Amino acid sequence: MPPSGARQSNTVRVLVGTRKGAFILTSDGTRKDWTIDGPHFAGWEIYHLNGSPVEPDRLWASQTSGWFGQIMQRSDDGGKNWQAVGNDFTYTAPVGDHLWYDGTPRPWEFKRIWHIEPSRTDPDTVWAGAEDAALYKSTDGGQKWEELNALRQHPTGPGWQPGAGGMCLHTILLHPTDPERMYVAISAAGAFRTDDGGATWLPINAGLRSEGLPDEDAEVGHCVHRLAMHPSRPDTLFMQKHWDVLRTDDAGGRWREVSGNLPTDFGFPIAVHAHEPETIYVVPITSDSLHYVMDGKLRVYRSRTGGEEWEPLTVGLPQSHCYVNVLRDAMAVDTLDECGIYFGTSGGQVYGSADGGDTWTAIVRDLPAVLSVEVQVLP
Amino acid sequence: MIRVVLPVHLRTLARSGKEVRVEVTGPVTQRAVLDAVERDSPMLAGTIRDRRTGQRRPLVRFFACEEDLSNDPPDTPLPDRVAKGEEPFMVVGAMAGG
Repeated sequence: MPPSGARQSNTVRVLVGTRKGAFILTSDGTRKDWTIDGPHFAGWEIYHLNGSPVEPDRLWASQTSGWFGQIMQRSDDGGKNWQAVGNDFTYTAPVGDHLWYDGTPRPWEFKRIWHIEPSRTDPDTVWAGAEDAALYKSTDGGQKWEELNALRQHPTGPGWQPGAGGMCLHTILLHPTDPERMYVAISAAGAFRTDDGGATWLPINAGLRSEGLPDEDAEVGHCVHRLAMHPSRPDTLFMQKHWDVLRTDDAGGRWREVSGNLPTDFGFPIAVHAHEPETIYVVPITSDSLHYVMDGKLRVYRSRTGGEEWEPLTVGLPQSHCYVNVLRDAMAVDTLDECGIYFGTSGGQVYGSADGGDTWTAIVRDLPAVLSVEVQVLP
Repeated sequence: MIRVVLPVHLRTLARSGKEVRVEVTGPVTQRAVLDAVERDSPMLAGTIRDRRTGQRRPLVRFFACEEDLSNDPPDTPLPDRVAKGEEPFMVVGAMAGG
């Protein structure tokens, strides 16, 4: 999408999913004053909200509950009104088994939708990433969902195991021009690529090393937390793994670590600047057993060199007594000339920066724990 | 008409009041009542019973006439007072978590 100027006439809409409902934060292009709307679906877990790039007022929400299961919601007016659409996420037979935590086979069982990825070209087409890991596609506006089962039935599938958060398909990256190519990532199986619209899948984990695996550079089994891609360079991907930040420049053929001078390379989200494909952002947390930022300081780290060299961004962020986390789907960038960055925390704050991360302000402070953040720029 | 009380989150989803009324032809059983609820409010499909197995979701309970009917077979006739519309069939979110 070409950059648009930061005009007051722009509307910036931040879509926030939380543990207890959805919120929509709206501002003009200056991104100074915000309107907070919500909660929508009060009391339900909203794992992800996302909007269609071609019809921005078409929004999708994954609404889940431990009591009542999975609901998918769609709005056609920017979130003013919602309708429940199809929620029949059936695994294509044969369902088969994957490995459970104790190493025994366990049948795949649908739990929830973690991520929604609308088509770049068709407002009625949308993909959804599930726990237990599976990829679904709808071409009728969400009424019916079909599993792209070649992914789950990859020969390595019976050996996939859940990460601590569940075996979730959490990242779906659509190639900007080639409708046949797509990347997905699964905790804790790894990253996969299709070059034929989902008919076949290739594990793309060469170069990853995970100390938690008996074979540290196994073909699958890596706990990939998030992938990010700039649309101008679709062969370059950035990865926040359980530990390690990595990049590939050949569409996943080989990854190399770019953690560089990060104080810790454990984290969940990773994002790419809207106009600078070598500028990336992560939010390191202390460790795999301490899921909060280091030293009580909330610091976003930015690299302008595609990794290796990182700088902490702290202005406007709490630098004492802060022990929040930022989850994998809870960071997003807008496309205004001066790229805006947004992220939400486990403490219910949503922070925004209208200057590429140099300075931050809290848009809202006391929401329920934030699960996801997306942003739209409307004309 | 059979009276069915829904938990608050399902009322919101179905855009209904606390109680809905459904028509059941034939024996009044859990299965028949819930089929009728889902027929009238399709957005509730999968929220009370698992779509794949048809079984009650683990954190949903069924009460009627001060009895817990959650573990009754789904084709067991419900109490007469429910069948006559004198008492509601209650779908309840189990007390669990916060």
